[in-house]
Amino acid sequence: MLAVLGVAVASAMLLDMVMLASGMRESFRELLMSRGFEIRLAPKGTLPFDTDASIADVAAVTATLRTNPDIEAISPVMGASIHVPVGGRNASSATLGIDPAVQGDYELIAGEDVNRPDALVANDYLIDQLRAKVGDTLDVATGYDAQTRGYTGQRKLVLSGRVRFIYGATQQPASAMRRETLESMVEPERRNRASLFMVRIRKGADAEQVRGWIAAELPNVTAISIATAIAQVDQRLSYFRQLAFILGAVSLFVGFLLVTTLVTVSVNERAGEIAVMRAIGVSRAHVVQQIVLEGVAISSAGALAGLALGLVTARYLNTILSAFPGLPMAIDFFLFQPRAAWSALGLLVLSGIAAGIYPAWRASSLPIAESLRREAIA
Amino acid sequence: MSGRAVVSLKDVKRDYALGRESVHALRGVTIDVTAGDYVAIVGPSGCGKSTLLNLIGVIDKPSAGTVSIEGKRVDGMSDGEATTFRLRTIGFVFQRFYLLPILSALENVSLPMAEAGVPGKERSERAARLLEYVGLRERLSHRPSELSGGEQQRVAIARALANKPSLLLADEPTGELDAHTGAEIISLFRRLNDDGTTIVVVTHDEELATAARRQIHMRDGRIVGDAFET
Repeated sequence: MLAVLGVAVASAMLLDMVMLASGMRESFRELLMSRGFEIRLAPKGTLPFDTDASIADVAAVTATLRTNPDIEAISPVMGASIHVPVGGRNASSATLGIDPAVQGDYELIAGEDVNRPDALVANDYLIDQLRAKVGDTLDVATGYDAQTRGYTGQRKLVLSGRVRFIYGATQQPASAMRRETLESMVEPERRNRASLFMVRIRKGADAEQVRGWIAAELPNVTAISIATAIAQVDQRLSYFRQLAFILGAVSLFVGFLLVTTLVTVSVNERAGEIAVMRAIGVSRAHVVQQIVLEGVAISSAGALAGLALGLVTARYLNTILSAFPGLPMAIDFFLFQPRAAWSALGLLVLSGIAAGIYPAWRASSLPIAESLRREAIA
Repeated sequence: MSGRAVVSLKDVKRDYALGRESVHALRGVTIDVTAGDYVAIVGPSGCGKSTLLNLIGVIDKPSAGTVSIEGKRVDGMSDGEATTFRLRTIGFVFQRFYLLPILSALENVSLPMAEAGVPGKERSERAARLLEYVGLRERLSHRPSELSGGEQQRVAIARALANKPSLLLADEPTGELDAHTGAEIISLFRRLNDDGTTIVVVTHDEELATAARRQIHMRDGRIVGDAFET
């Protein structure tokens, strides 16, 4: 029982590492795909919201994009900060200027979307900081001087709805308003600019082809398809994958050694029994088969127990890692994928077969007469 | 003695390497065992009794000489040939019963038949008949842990008879049993022999030895006496 538990721990570790190796990537892909925007445009040489840089002349860029019949929808997004006085102190948050008809940044939970020019939606973290409720009117500014405690670009906005930001980080206050509302509150030189364009393509169109077309037509932007974004994430997550691979391989090896040791000890203890089986005419092949099956049985029992244990530990570790500052809440480090679980299970069964080979070879090679003599002496 | 020779050993020697020393377990043994014989090999510990039995049972090979069982030379057989030969021709009973603990009495007896490819129904029927023969009709589904030592040895004897062997070999079959249970096994061996089974036993048990029709006495790897029942 303890031996199976040991194999289960190694199996759980292997499953977690397999989930870690591909989980974040899959989770990121699902996140990007969730709103159906296949291509994102960021200022040249940057990633979306990586810097304060922005793309100039939103109208011209939009007009150019509209000439491609494969492009179905365009959502320019302007990023900025807002500041709201709350009982003698200042509450700040990131804000997005969007077009509510085509936005892909948040989901409305309660209230109304930013259908009116003076509307603002916010997530729970910001609403808590503002001590406000849906329907309240707020004094919202885009500039704040901490020394003079003065606000600039101030405008009265109504908190029209509660939202959840899809790409929002844990406990990060965030808000959104119409892009033209945000433009009316910022300095003139920041108007008609966008931090990001999200582009939805026609069903059946080739995203990579459209991305190539955008790169050629708009040399001042970096066009990122989901495939290229995932490739970039892959590059950035290579450390995680390497770590997962090494720890997964170590777990597999530990499990293999454990099963080999267990089966070898079992064979040694049953040397007399095996010698008698051979003496009464049981073939070597049958002995090998029985011992290998024993290894597979221990591995399989450990793997099944490890599957449950691995899922529990993965959930716990995921909760800890997902709270890492700056990461979107929707990103999972450990994502359960049946294929990954089957892979881990397959590897464990294979290691069980491999683990049984050495003791099986020992068992089948036992000299019958010599083993019986030793047993008689013992 | 006349009759068909089931076992025929000619000038058989068996040497073991023990470190740098060479141990001469058998120093030239020649015997014939005919069909229907009941032979007890007796002698002091280390005289070569078990070595002789192992050679007759084709689980060991001689250093010199020839061993023939049922007229077939077995001393040069490959491992695979010897395994098949043992399966079909020889039944073994050991001092420790070595039944598989997870199998019932019926399944333990069926095991050699399964290895020999006997169909499932026939296996079960024959195993049940054999267990009935050894007096365990009520114990078919019992596991070894649920049986007494004597009962386990009787299951082991039924297992040895599973593939209708020409020769039954037993190494100290009463060694782990009390006197009463040992007597039951001795009686069973006698009944088996009366029914035509050729038996060779190695024993220190005087009662078992005297129950045999022929006693071969060994000392220092040689046969020093060969007495038939009168």
